[in-house]
Amino acid sequence: MPGSILLAIAYACAAVFVASIAFRALKIARLPLHLRWELYPVAHEKGRAGYGGSYLEESDWWTKPRATSLLGELKVMIPEILLLAGVWEHNRRHWFRTFPFHFGLYVLAGLIGLLLLGGITEAAGLSVAPEASLVGMALYHLTYLVGYLGLGLALLGTLALLARRTFDPDYREYTKPADFFNLAFFAVAFVAALLTHALVDPDFQHLRTFFTQLVTFDFASAGTVPWLTGLEVALGSVLLAYVPLTHMSHFFTKWFMYHDVRWSDEPNLAGGKIERQVAAALNYPVSWSAPHIRGDGKKTWAEVATSDVEENEQ
Amino acid sequence: MTKKRIRIKDISKPSPKLTELRKEDFKPLPAPFDTPESTPDFAPLSDKAREQYEASLDDTLAVSIPKPQSKEEEDELVAKFLSGLEKLFTKENNWTFLQPLLLSMDHCAACHTCSDACHIYEASGRNPVYRPAYRSEVFRRLYKKHVKSNGRLLQAWRDGEIELNWTTVARLAELAYRCNLCRRCAQTCPIGVDNGLIAHEIRKLFSQEMGIAAKELHESGSVLQLKVGSSTGMNDTVVKDNIEFIDEEVSEKTGLTIETPWDKEGADILLVHNAGEILSWPMNPGAFAVIFESAGVSWTMSSDLAGYDSVNYGVWYDDAQFARVAIKHAEIAKKLKVKKIVLGECGHAHKALTVIADRVLTGDLNVPRESAFVILDELLSSGRLKVDPDRNDFPVTLHDPCNVVRLMGIVEPQRRVLRKIAPRFREMTPHGVHNYCCGGGSGFAIMSGHNFSDWRAQIAGRKKVEQILNAFKDELDPSIKKYVCAPCSNCKGQLRDLFNYYDLWEKHSILYDGLVELIVNCMTNVEPGFIEWEMH
Repeated sequence: MPGSILLAIAYACAAVFVASIAFRALKIARLPLHLRWELYPVAHEKGRAGYGGSYLEESDWWTKPRATSLLGELKVMIPEILLLAGVWEHNRRHWFRTFPFHFGLYVLAGLIGLLLLGGITEAAGLSVAPEASLVGMALYHLTYLVGYLGLGLALLGTLALLARRTFDPDYREYTKPADFFNLAFFAVAFVAALLTHALVDPDFQHLRTFFTQLVTFDFASAGTVPWLTGLEVALGSVLLAYVPLTHMSHFFTKWFMYHDVRWSDEPNLAGGKIERQVAAALNYPVSWSAPHIRGDGKKTWAEVATSDVEENEQ
Repeated sequence: MTKKRIRIKDISKPSPKLTELRKEDFKPLPAPFDTPESTPDFAPLSDKAREQYEASLDDTLAVSIPKPQSKEEEDELVAKFLSGLEKLFTKENNWTFLQPLLLSMDHCAACHTCSDACHIYEASGRNPVYRPAYRSEVFRRLYKKHVKSNGRLLQAWRDGEIELNWTTVARLAELAYRCNLCRRCAQTCPIGVDNGLIAHEIRKLFSQEMGIAAKELHESGSVLQLKVGSSTGMNDTVVKDNIEFIDEEVSEKTGLTIETPWDKEGADILLVHNAGEILSWPMNPGAFAVIFESAGVSWTMSSDLAGYDSVNYGVWYDDAQFARVAIKHAEIAKKLKVKKIVLGECGHAHKALTVIADRVLTGDLNVPRESAFVILDELLSSGRLKVDPDRNDFPVTLHDPCNVVRLMGIVEPQRRVLRKIAPRFREMTPHGVHNYCCGGGSGFAIMSGHNFSDWRAQIAGRKKVEQILNAFKDELDPSIKKYVCAPCSNCKGQLRDLFNYYDLWEKHSILYDGLVELIVNCMTNVEPGFIEWEMH
C-alpha cells in the first residue's frame, strides 16, 4: 500500500478528530447558563465530599469563603476515568465487560504516545531497538508490550460487549444497529492490528517507521507499506476520526456533564458573572403556547415570571 | 421481570394497556409483609376512568388526559407536542435546562446501570416500562428523529425506531409521572446522564406548550397558590387564624406563652413553612415557634400572598410557574427587610428557593436563603436550647428527603441534632445522599386521583416501607413505640399514606413526624410529652 496515501489518511483523520472535539466542546460550552442542578456528592466540597455535604450546611454561608478542593475532584475523577469506578460500584457484571474495553483503549492511547516518541527518537537519528541506548531499548520493549496488552484487552472487551448486546434481551432492546456497527468496527480494527503484528510486524517496527514519517511529514520516503500494516493504520485512523462524531464522544463530554451540571454549585453572588448571565437569559423571548404563558415570541422570561397566571390566560 | 417483553417501539402501538401491574410481580417486602396476601390488593382503575381518560400506559392514572373525540383532535395534540419538542431544544425557550438536557440526550451508552438504582423499577418487579431509561429512550428517539435529524438518511439505523402518534404522546405524558425525580439513577450513571431531568423536561413540554399537567400540581397547586396565597386554599386571614389556634395549643402543651410574630419588618429571619404543615401537622409550625421563642431568635412569618406557603410545585413541571412563585417569595423577604429566608421542614421548597432559584433571582431579590436544619443545629450546638435526651428514649430513624440531601448536600446538620436529642437513633440503609425516595417525591404525595394512591403505596413507596421495617427489625413489637423522623411535608404526606396503607402504627407502633417535634419533646423548659403517640 502506498505510504503517502496512508500518511494523508492519518493526517486527515487526526484533523477530523481534533476539529470535531473542538467544535463539539465549543458548542456545549457556549450553551447558555442553566439553572443549578447539582447532584451530591460534589467532589470539590472540601471536607464534605466524603459524605456528600455542601457549603449550604454552613450558617450564613454567603458571608464565608467557599472552600473547594481540586484534590477532591482528582480523587473522584482519576478512579472514575481510569478504572470506571462508578460501573464497578453500581453495575459489577457490566464492569467486567466494559472495563477491558475502556482500559484497553487507554493503553492504546499510550501506544500512540510511545510510537510518537519512537518516531521522534528515530527522526533525531537515534535507534529504537533491543540493542540501542537505554531510552531506545525501553521504547522498543515498551511499545510492543503496551501494544499487545492494549489490543488484547480492547478486543476482549469489545467481544464481551458485543456478546452482551447480542444475547442479553435487556441490552439488545436498547442497542441500535449503529451501536452494533460501532462495536464491530472496533473488533475488526483490533483483529486487523493483532493479525498485522502476529504476521508481519511483531515488534511494531513497521508502525514506528510510519510514525517517524508522520512526525517528520516525510511523504518522500514513505514508499510502500505492507498491506496489513496499511490496513491497520487506515482502520485505526478512520476509527479515531469516527468516535467523536458519535455518542462515544462521552469520553470528553463527560467533563461537561460533571463540571457544568453535576458539580456546578457556584452560587449567584451580587454583581458577579452569574448574575450578569442570568439577567441576559431573563431577556430571552418566550414562545411557549400554554394558556398560563402565552409566549408570543416577544414577551421575555422576565415578563412571564413577573406576570400573573390570570393575566396571561385572558 | 414481568413475563411480557415490552419493546421501546411498543409505546406507539395502540392497545388497551402497554403494561400490566400484578401484585405477584412486586418485590416482596420484609416480614410480616412478605407474602402477597399480607398486603392490600392493588385497587383496579375503574372502567369509567378508562373510558374517559387516556389510560393505556399501565393500571393507574396521574395526569388523566381526557380522550380526544376525533382523529383531528388527536392530530392537533400530536402537532402541539411536536411544536413543544422543538421549543424544548431552543435556548430562548429552555435556557433554564438546555445544556444538561442536551448532554443527557446525546450520550447514553445504554449500560443499564441506572436501572438498579430506581426504587420504582425495583419495587414493580423490574417492569420494563418503569426502567429509568425506557422513558428517556422513547423521548431521545423522538428528539433525534424530529428535532435533531429530521428524517435524515440512516437516522433510524443510528438512533433507533420510533413512531410519533397520539398513543405515544398520551403514554409519554403519563410515563413522565411514574418517576419521583429523586435522581438516584443519575447519581449512578457513569457518564452523567440524568433520566430524572428528562422526565422533568417531558413534564415541562406538556405543561408549557400543551397546558397538560397533573391537576394537583397546576390548577389546585401553583395556580391556586399564586391566586389565593397557598395551594392549601388558605388566604391570609385563615392562615393567621390557624396559627393563632396553634399558638394557643402549643402554649397550653408546653407551659410557655407562644405568639407567632407576623410581618415584622427588620426581623433577622423570615420563616416560611409548607402551608400543609399548618393544616395537617400543626404541631410542626408550633414547635418551630417554641424553639425560636425559647432561643430568643428574631423572626417573623409573612401574611403576604404566598409568603406563608413555601411550596413551589413549578419545580416539578413548569419553569414559568416555578419562577413566579420564587420571585413572590423573594419580593416578600425584600419588603420585610429580613436578613435571610429560612425554609421550614419542606424538602422541595428548600431546593426550589435555595438552589434552583439561585439563577433566577438577581439584584436585591437575591435575599440569602438557608435551611432550618442549619439554624436548629446551631441553636443546639451553642447551648441556646437546653435539652434532656432521655425524654426521647425510643427508637428513632431518619428519612432523608431527596431534595435536601442528594440535591442540596445538607446531610449532617439534621444528624448532629438527632445525635444530641435521640439516644436510640439509627440510620436507614442506605441513607444520606444515597437514600431512597419516600415515593411521594415530585408531587406524588399530593396526588391521589383514581387509584394513584395505591400505586404510590404499592410501588413508589415500597422501598421506603422496606427500609423502615429493616431499620426497626429487632423492635417491631407493637409494645415499643418507634419514630420515623421525616423532616419534609411531602415526605410526611407520603409516610402518612404508607403507614395507613400497611397499618404500621396499629401493627407495629411505628409513627412518623418531623425533626422540630422531637427537639421540643426533649426541651427542658417545656412540659414533657410534646409528641402525641397517635396516628395523624
